[in-house]
Amino acid sequence: MADIQNTVHKVAPAKPKNVRSHLLIAQLIVLLAVLPYLANLFGQPALVSLATRIIILAIAAASLNLIMGYAGLASFGHAAWYGLGGYVVGILYRHSVTGDPLFGLPIGSDQMLITVPAAILIAGLFAAIFGSLSLRTSGVQFIMITLAFAQMIFFFFVALKAYGGDDGLIIRRRNALPGLDTRDAMVWYWICLGVAILWYALLSRIVASRFGRILVGVRQSERRMAAMGVRTYPYKLVAFVIAGMGGGLAGALMANHMRFVSPDMLHWTQSGEFMFMVILGGAGTLLGPAFGAAVLIGLETVLAAWTEHWQVILGPILVLAILFTRGGLSGLVRLVRGGRDD
Amino acid sequence: MALLIEQALNGVQLGFTLFLLAAGLTLIFGIMGVINLAHGSLFMIGAYAAALTAAKTGSFLIAFPVGLVCAAIAGMVIEFLVVRRLYARDHLDQVLATFGLILFFNQMTIILFGRQPLFVEIPSWLEGSIPIVAGVQYPLYRFVIILVGLLTAVGLYFLIARTRIGMLIRAGATNRDMVRALGVDIKLLYTIVFGLGAMLAGLAGIMTGPISAVQVGMGEHVLILTFVVIIIGGVGSIKGAFAGALIVGVVDTMMRAFLPALMRHLMASGSEADALAGGISAMGVYLLMAIVLLIKPKGLLPAHG
Repeated sequence: MADIQNTVHKVAPAKPKNVRSHLLIAQLIVLLAVLPYLANLFGQPALVSLATRIIILAIAAASLNLIMGYAGLASFGHAAWYGLGGYVVGILYRHSVTGDPLFGLPIGSDQMLITVPAAILIAGLFAAIFGSLSLRTSGVQFIMITLAFAQMIFFFFVALKAYGGDDGLIIRRRNALPGLDTRDAMVWYWICLGVAILWYALLSRIVASRFGRILVGVRQSERRMAAMGVRTYPYKLVAFVIAGMGGGLAGALMANHMRFVSPDMLHWTQSGEFMFMVILGGAGTLLGPAFGAAVLIGLETVLAAWTEHWQVILGPILVLAILFTRGGLSGLVRLVRGGRDD
Repeated sequence: MALLIEQALNGVQLGFTLFLLAAGLTLIFGIMGVINLAHGSLFMIGAYAAALTAAKTGSFLIAFPVGLVCAAIAGMVIEFLVVRRLYARDHLDQVLATFGLILFFNQMTIILFGRQPLFVEIPSWLEGSIPIVAGVQYPLYRFVIILVGLLTAVGLYFLIARTRIGMLIRAGATNRDMVRALGVDIKLLYTIVFGLGAMLAGLAGIMTGPISAVQVGMGEHVLILTFVVIIIGGVGSIKGAFAGALIVGVVDTMMRAFLPALMRHLMASGSEADALAGGISAMGVYLLMAIVLLIKPKGLLPAHG
């Protein structure tokens, strides 16, 4: 059982402030901020929507990375929180249009400042419930049980005919944000980018804190942490809830981005994709999941443009990536970030 | 009463199908420490091979061994090319690599045979119903599935408890380094066990073919149910897989069969009751898993202790 804790992806714990890496992050942010202009300049306006999608998925992947990469808890159910976040936005929107009460309360909103925090809270609440159960297991049971719980939520929404069931919910207008036109593709891109930057900043603080150190300790050796007098369960649970909240945030943004939610968001293959983003980018590195999301979605987009049967190529690529690269781009990322090369 | 018995038997039949899958999965996990998501793909390969052979030859008796052999060969090829490299890795890598295999197998099936589900006819000599108890008829084919499952369970028991290969399997599960040190060709043993597990998955697929559509993605739904079975029964334990499979099969079938009527009885609005019952019965086995986990985190019959 020790093998799941001692994941092969060795992680450099939060390092002291490093001027070079700060400069790099600043450059990256500037590049991302001017990306819509570049896309228009090169006559590829569709790129803005693709980049928005990658940024949103990067939020979800980074959240999964907190538990999977740092704490070594491989959750195969991350799509549950992502989908729940999406459905909160969809359901609130539906009620704001029809004016029907929800649970007898006049709930319903198309204001982003209400719907997104609501999505985060609901996802966090359910992550707390299911996490408290799932964390009673470890290793391969944890993988299976998070998958099974996510599947349960998937079936719940498939059966929920009042909110579209299989067909999902259409959101006719993106949620409003005071002072900004969210329907403009470039404005929407910047909003998502801003949220992502805030989320990554928050995660970097969490990882660098004592709490984050304990999570890394849990991954390295839970028994050692226990011997040091740390009750690991509450730490793992809080991390699980934060990850769930991040998933909910990403789902809420994605529901707005696609203007559609369906059980597809909760599908177990979505959970698998999140895991791949983390692993390809480098588990336990701050920016790894963002690179992973970009690589995976980029690969999917390129292959899908080439052939309808792109999965037949993607599948073996992913298998080879796992078999032979041991942590995907993480080595590269670590090198760029100037970390120790282990 | 007749309906109750019939549904209970349907539950047992689903249970035996799940057992065939869970036994292979838990055997592979117990001995090699590998979690194989592509187990569902082997289920699908068995079903497709048998369905296509039956359509070509018109004979279930030819289709049956062809399905078994195809699933076993596919399993051994997977083991040789991919899974063999994953034994020393952590479970996360195993999950992700075999996830990649699922993408490949599903899409390959679409390329080769299209998205249209195949329908397999129940062989004529297995059609019709047989009386179970006074006044209760049960479809012969489903009854045969139960028999096949039962025979396989007994056969598996003898194989593991009474034969030399079974002894090696048990030894490998207890201490694989010691078995290797004693000069057993562990690589060969692993490939054989993987092929055996694949064959059991293929058997489940072949038997399921005629009572449900053979289509892409059929393996994944049943795979996740199989995970529930394994968690409830205890990871790595074949006895646990047996108990868990029957519990899950019966609970799932019974809830789907009787919950809508019960809900309609309790609630005023018929359509709401149906929707709610549909939701709860779809979630039923997962709730059951949660309850088992609360009481026994290691499952009902864990492998060691």
